Amino acid sequence: MGLGYRILLGLAVAGLFLLLGLPLAAVATRVPPADLLARMGDPMLVEALRLSLVTSAAATALVVLLGLPVSYLLATRSFPGKRLLEVLIDLPMVLPPTVAGFALLLAFGRNSPAGRSLAVLGLSIPFTTLAVVLAQAFIAAPFFISATRAGLSEVDLRYLDAAATLRASPARTLLRVMLPLAFPSMLAGAAMTWARALGEFGATITFAGNLPGVTQTMPLAVYVALQQDVDAAVAMSVLLLALSVGILLSIRLAPPWFGLLDRARARRP
Amino acid sequence: MLELDVLSRRGGFELQAGFLAAPGSTTVIVGESGAGKTTLLRLAAGLDQPDRGRIALDGVVYAEPDAGIAVPAWRRDVGYVAQDYALFPHLTVEQNVAFGLRAGGVRRAAIAPRVAEALRRAGIADLGRRKPSMLSGGQQQRAALARALVLDPRLLLLDEPLAALDLQTRRLVRAELRDLLRALGCVTLYVTHSPIEALLFGDRIVVIEAGRVSQTGTRDELLRYPRSRYVAELMGTNLFAGRVGAGPGAATVRTGDGDLAVGDPGEPGEVFLTVDPRQITIHPHPPEGSAQNVFVGPILELAPEPPSGERIRVVLGTRPPLVAEVTRDAVAGLGLREGMTVHASFKATGIRTYR
Repeated sequence: MGLGYRILLGLAVAGLFLLLGLPLAAVATRVPPADLLARMGDPMLVEALRLSLVTSAAATALVVLLGLPVSYLLATRSFPGKRLLEVLIDLPMVLPPTVAGFALLLAFGRNSPAGRSLAVLGLSIPFTTLAVVLAQAFIAAPFFISATRAGLSEVDLRYLDAAATLRASPARTLLRVMLPLAFPSMLAGAAMTWARALGEFGATITFAGNLPGVTQTMPLAVYVALQQDVDAAVAMSVLLLALSVGILLSIRLAPPWFGLLDRARARRP
Repeated sequence: MLELDVLSRRGGFELQAGFLAAPGSTTVIVGESGAGKTTLLRLAAGLDQPDRGRIALDGVVYAEPDAGIAVPAWRRDVGYVAQDYALFPHLTVEQNVAFGLRAGGVRRAAIAPRVAEALRRAGIADLGRRKPSMLSGGQQQRAALARALVLDPRLLLLDEPLAALDLQTRRLVRAELRDLLRALGCVTLYVTHSPIEALLFGDRIVVIEAGRVSQTGTRDELLRYPRSRYVAELMGTNLFAGRVGAGPGAATVRTGDGDLAVGDPGEPGEVFLTVDPRQITIHPHPPEGSAQNVFVGPILELAPEPPSGERIRVVLGTRPPLVAEVTRDAVAGLGLREGMTVHASFKATGIRTYR
């Protein structure tokens, strides 16, 4: 490796570190740890954290429930309009979240056909906790679907053939062979979706508003706190940061975990 | 009884094959790679469906496109061992073997004893708790066989069951597998490209060449009466197809590659002629003596014959092409080496003709 090459490489790494690392370091070191700890009991923070955890978990569950069949379809079948469906599914990843939130508002708002139908039943989605879940699911779904789809398509056809010659119906093959083999990918995809849902801001504030205790999740609370009490915003930011790092790290460290899981399973025949 | 008569077209490749296979017997399907052996096995298993024809096992029709019948693999009474075994990597050996029983709706209480019995019979009773990745090739082969046989299938399909093993293990497993298959009451189809395995395992041998059955018969029939150059090569003999004329010139048979002097040509018409490689003598110089068939050409290959290498196969670029078999001493004595031009001779009476 030439010296010039090494210098270029070093500059790139340093540049990226400045761009990504410096802001994170700035947040993490802004307030002394003891003060941070004291801030963790702040009612606004606790309320927002509770809401964030509940809604992001619900959104992840919703995405897994609806995304799994779609991923299976995309991984195993070809059908007319497949490309279009793929583009549609990827769209939320590149769409500005505020646009997504606005679209949701137009679709489920009081004056939309769907909104009017729901109003007949006495239901209204916008500016409710349900709206938060829908906004998060809308934005975060592509992460789970693309990871799961890739995981399912990577399952070797030999195993599916073997299952078929061992009396396993297609449904049983999916349940006992495909899903277990694709499980690491699914878990990674679900974790990414959860992390993305946890950080969702734009679509939430547009579609669900900013009502403390109802729709004010952590990212929204950070934004509000920033205008009143910077240290409170820092405390919440550090907490969010720690959660995100925790999720990403657990994905990276997943393989040894699966080993443990496997050993636990192997004990019962 | 397995009745199979199928036509399958897939991406420019056409397979057409038909044969019967009796219960308690092993039918070896032998051919070069790409000849259609695995396709045939997949059709029998139900992993693929034929375009035309019929597959029936003990009177139950599994596939008949014209009648709209296409029973999927999981509803067929078959056991299938894939070439690379395809043991489920996320399950233990026990769970692999139990998989088919569970899927087949066998009572929970009956599963464990049947699994244990299958593992014991396969000689891997103590490996049940291991993952497939912790097994040697030979152990994986046994586990895959146990997984298929625990279901007591009426049709057992083996796709190159020994090809993934190293030589030493293969020899060991081969003898075991032969005893095992002999004791089974089901119809067994055994796919291989190895002549040794074909002769060792095949009660009947079906030879496939380029998607067509070129010959079906017992081991002896194939050895004595090969009907294609591939079969002859498989069986290690020289084969020619020619035409016996009428009248005084009858003893000279015209083949596509030249004329052969034959001792007893028989009636005029199309004939097959074989020459045992051991009947052919090699000379560095034009031979004197009574042999009527003498051909000149280069030595293309000198290959020692198993097991001792005491005999050497000499592949000759003569016209017609010949394979001779001589002793190692003869090779040394005559100074034979590849590329050398030699004379190959054999007597007219050394040729066997049949129709």
